Amino acid sequence: MSTTVEPPGSAAPDAPAAIKGAAVRRGDRVFLGLSRGAGVLILVIMAAIAAFLVWKAVPSLQANTANFFTTSEWTPDADPAYFGIAALAFGTLMTAVIAMVLAVPVGIGIALFIAHYANRRLGSALGFITDLLAAVPSIIFGMWGLEFLMPQMQGFLQWLTTYFGWIPLFQNDLGIWTRSIMIAGTVLAIMVLPTVSAISREVFVQVPREHIEAALALGATRWEMVRMAIFPFAKPGMISASMLGLGRALGETIAVALILSANYVINWQITEPGGNTFAANIALRWNEAGPIGLSALVASGLVLFVITLAVNMAARLIIARRAEFSGANG
Amino acid sequence: MKLTRTGGLVAVALTGTLALAACGSDGGTTDNGSSTGNANISCASGSLKASGSSAQKNAIAEWVNAYQAACPDATIDYQANGSGAGVTDFINKQTAFAGSDSALKEEEQPKADARCASGPAINIPMVGGSINVVYNVEGVDKLILDAPTLAGIFDSTITKWNDPKIAALNAGVTLPDTSIAQFHRSDESGTTDNFTKYLIAKEVWDFEGGKAWEAKGGQGAKGSDGVANAVKSTPNSIGYVELSFAEDAGLSSAWIDNGNGPIEATSANAATTIASATVDGTGNNLPLKIDRAGTTGYPIVLVTYEITCEKGLSGSDLELTKSFLTYTASNDGQAALTDIGYVPITGDLLTKVQTAVSSIS
Amino acid sequence: MSEQTPVSPADERAESDRLLHDALAGGKLPRWAAAGAGTAALVLALVLNVVTFVDGIAGTLVVAALLFAVIQSAWSFAVEGRRHAVDRLATTLIYTTFLVALAPLVAVLLTVIIRGMKALSMDFLLTSMRGVSPREEGGGVYHALVGTIEQVGIAALIGVPLGIMTAIYLVEYAAQARSRRLARAVSFFVDVMTGVPSVVVGLFIYTSVILTLGMERSGFAASLALTILMIPVVVRSTEEMLRIVPRDLREASYALGIPKWRTILKVVLPTALSGIITGAMLAIARVAGETAPLLLTTFMSQSINFNPFQGPQAALPLFIWDQFNSGTTASQDRAWAGALVLITLVMLLYLTAKIIARYTGVKK
Repeated sequence: MSTTVEPPGSAAPDAPAAIKGAAVRRGDRVFLGLSRGAGVLILVIMAAIAAFLVWKAVPSLQANTANFFTTSEWTPDADPAYFGIAALAFGTLMTAVIAMVLAVPVGIGIALFIAHYANRRLGSALGFITDLLAAVPSIIFGMWGLEFLMPQMQGFLQWLTTYFGWIPLFQNDLGIWTRSIMIAGTVLAIMVLPTVSAISREVFVQVPREHIEAALALGATRWEMVRMAIFPFAKPGMISASMLGLGRALGETIAVALILSANYVINWQITEPGGNTFAANIALRWNEAGPIGLSALVASGLVLFVITLAVNMAARLIIARRAEFSGANG
Repeated sequence: MKLTRTGGLVAVALTGTLALAACGSDGGTTDNGSSTGNANISCASGSLKASGSSAQKNAIAEWVNAYQAACPDATIDYQANGSGAGVTDFINKQTAFAGSDSALKEEEQPKADARCASGPAINIPMVGGSINVVYNVEGVDKLILDAPTLAGIFDSTITKWNDPKIAALNAGVTLPDTSIAQFHRSDESGTTDNFTKYLIAKEVWDFEGGKAWEAKGGQGAKGSDGVANAVKSTPNSIGYVELSFAEDAGLSSAWIDNGNGPIEATSANAATTIASATVDGTGNNLPLKIDRAGTTGYPIVLVTYEITCEKGLSGSDLELTKSFLTYTASNDGQAALTDIGYVPITGDLLTKVQTAVSSIS
Repeated sequence: MSEQTPVSPADERAESDRLLHDALAGGKLPRWAAAGAGTAALVLALVLNVVTFVDGIAGTLVVAALLFAVIQSAWSFAVEGRRHAVDRLATTLIYTTFLVALAPLVAVLLTVIIRGMKALSMDFLLTSMRGVSPREEGGGVYHALVGTIEQVGIAALIGVPLGIMTAIYLVEYAAQARSRRLARAVSFFVDVMTGVPSVVVGLFIYTSVILTLGMERSGFAASLALTILMIPVVVRSTEEMLRIVPRDLREASYALGIPKWRTILKVVLPTALSGIITGAMLAIARVAGETAPLLLTTFMSQSINFNPFQGPQAALPLFIWDQFNSGTTASQDRAWAGALVLITLVMLLYLTAKIIARYTGVKK
């Protein structure tokens, strides 16, 4: 996986002042300038993304005659423009929640299996496999979801409606169980699984050996050891792993765009076809959008940007606090 | 040591790429079966970009294939990214012409004119289509509907197949006592726009119309292929798709009674309606007004346009656009449409289209 | 360290006494318990399959697994007590996740291979879609392959050096007093950048470079979007590699009077090189399959175009999207064959990167 927990406090040593002669200084200055420039460029890019999204979103927000946050209709190119993101926010959150409910326990389970249950060889093989899962492009997950997973899930979803239909969530008045939020959420779960498990795994292997051995020496069962020694130590790591997974689920585009039978209503009956997300809506509507329509899509993209930004920042802050904590500790 | 090892890897990767680059080729240029009358094409060369309506995607693909087969030095790329994006691309000078499901809107016209340095942007009707009402009801081979029943079905006021209003039009046909599963497009599309335009023209539709589906009830499916698949796999269902999708899916299409007896949904019957359209523009600008309510042909039709500059294109863009559109507007070009499920433009209207194309300079 | 344990010393002693007692005196299930419970569960599931609503292979297996968990836990609860029953249940669940992780990967690969083999051939790799209409069979992926290699290549040419330089800044210069705050900001935003959705990056390039600056949609515009997606991955992996380069190496170099920038170029980077290459390849593999940003930034083509800076150019993900959405049997077969090519490409990059990492990593 790409995202990692930094080892704390390992800055490289600086060159001693003695070898900072005049001739040397120019080379050093150029090199420092280059590398600092690269760093600054990243800040500039992030600022530019935010600035452009805001700038391009303003025209539609000015033209909008509906409440941007509570309306669940999308007709920005009509006269007058009338649109809001309520349905998008609902679909995005719903698919992400389903993904999290499925992926977090399984992802943590996989991480535990690799770190503390399997032998080394099986563990590293499984780690490799989950990493491979992360390498599958999202468009392929989308096609696979439609072609393979959706027919496989029909029976289960019908069963869910038959026996749990009294829960409004699983009610299905249409008698059709395809292209639903439930299926999209399941595909998302598979897609975020590697993120959740890889980061949890890294935290799990950092649990000090002494904690584990102490617990076992006290006669704890393996599960008690996990609960008493591993989880308390790894809790911040597990939370931020989940949040990073959530960030990915919120922004996933093509797989969702392929699977959902995109409409623009808030429908709590999540086994019925329909639903929409911020990202999928951009990919699907960008086609037929006029100038205000495009600007409205940018506005929705801005909302998505802010949400994922907030989620990721929160995840990083949690992880950073833990790093300081354990850094001070040993 | 490490350097040489990684260097070796890079070399292998490079050689692989080069080997690939050396032996690939553009395929299919020689064995194109569907291109007719290539000899009539006067070729231009270079590369041309156009984008827009996905409704005309397959028609353009067919034409591009025929054109490129005759003119190997030309490359035409049509990106079916939708009418809205097509017009935006054209205005932003990304493309030489746009394909669109509707003529330029009032507020778009000045921007498009400004894009064409020295002349106005014109709408040229080029590809016709028929929107078929497809259904899947066992034992019903011929179904006749009219505007009020269509509207009733699609705004969910008629919910059973054996509703008296449907039965009255289909004497002698046994209609099942089941509810109607109605499918409409969930994405925005010109198909929805033109389908509801017909209902609005007949004054039976209580909504404003447009690319997005407005009525409540029924189920959405994505794209014409989505609707066709949904109808095919759902018993007692109905939906609306373009002719070619109805043909591909092997679905039965309803006959429409427009006041002069039932009309079958065929390419020829739709062509009658399109040919009777009146031009609603000046000079070579040809936005159409289609008399859907009064036509003697099949009434639910759509026309897609090519939007380009009458004057003001430059260099190879000009030559290629003119040469390509000359071919598409030719009798050969239009004749090729029927085979792939589109509707050709015929009669006086076609003459006007050809004049408009020849005025491009 | 003791502050991590959530029990107070007094409780701890009571608890450990109890644990000790349980461990020494409690009953224990026989060694064949798991196998026995498994067999019982399977038989029971098969019976249920015949007499009730449970059907299908998958359904039966799921029911069998549930029964196994129930039987084993109940048995263990009776013989070994609550604590061991919970432990066995947890172990069962954790082993199950192993299968759950395996299933989708196997299913995805099998689906792609089975569906993809239909249209895949040497011709498919070496021809473009020029002159092939959606309903016809034939045509190929060559133009898209060229596009993807060039677009991703350019993205790597820009993104990898940028990422490496940033990582150098974060590792080698962050210790300098003047750089500390900037480095912290950069480090934070690199993390945040990892989470920016790819469609938002596409939208950014579309509104800025294309609509505002008036550049035409091209392979290069796609490269820019991919660069942004690639940078944070490269920075993170490079940073990690630079951090494990031993301090002594740098100090030895300084001791010889070699200036800092030459130390970095000649000592630090070469030591970490294979790790950096691995990171870069993983970043490339990650962006090669990106579809959403390409939809917004490139102009799809059916013909071969070697020039990413001018004119329409295809790419593999776009090819798949285009063919999949054309909806005919022939085009869907092509889409799956394209998916097979793409997944092979990505997996090759991935495996190569892992092999490099395994055999040449920095020795600690």
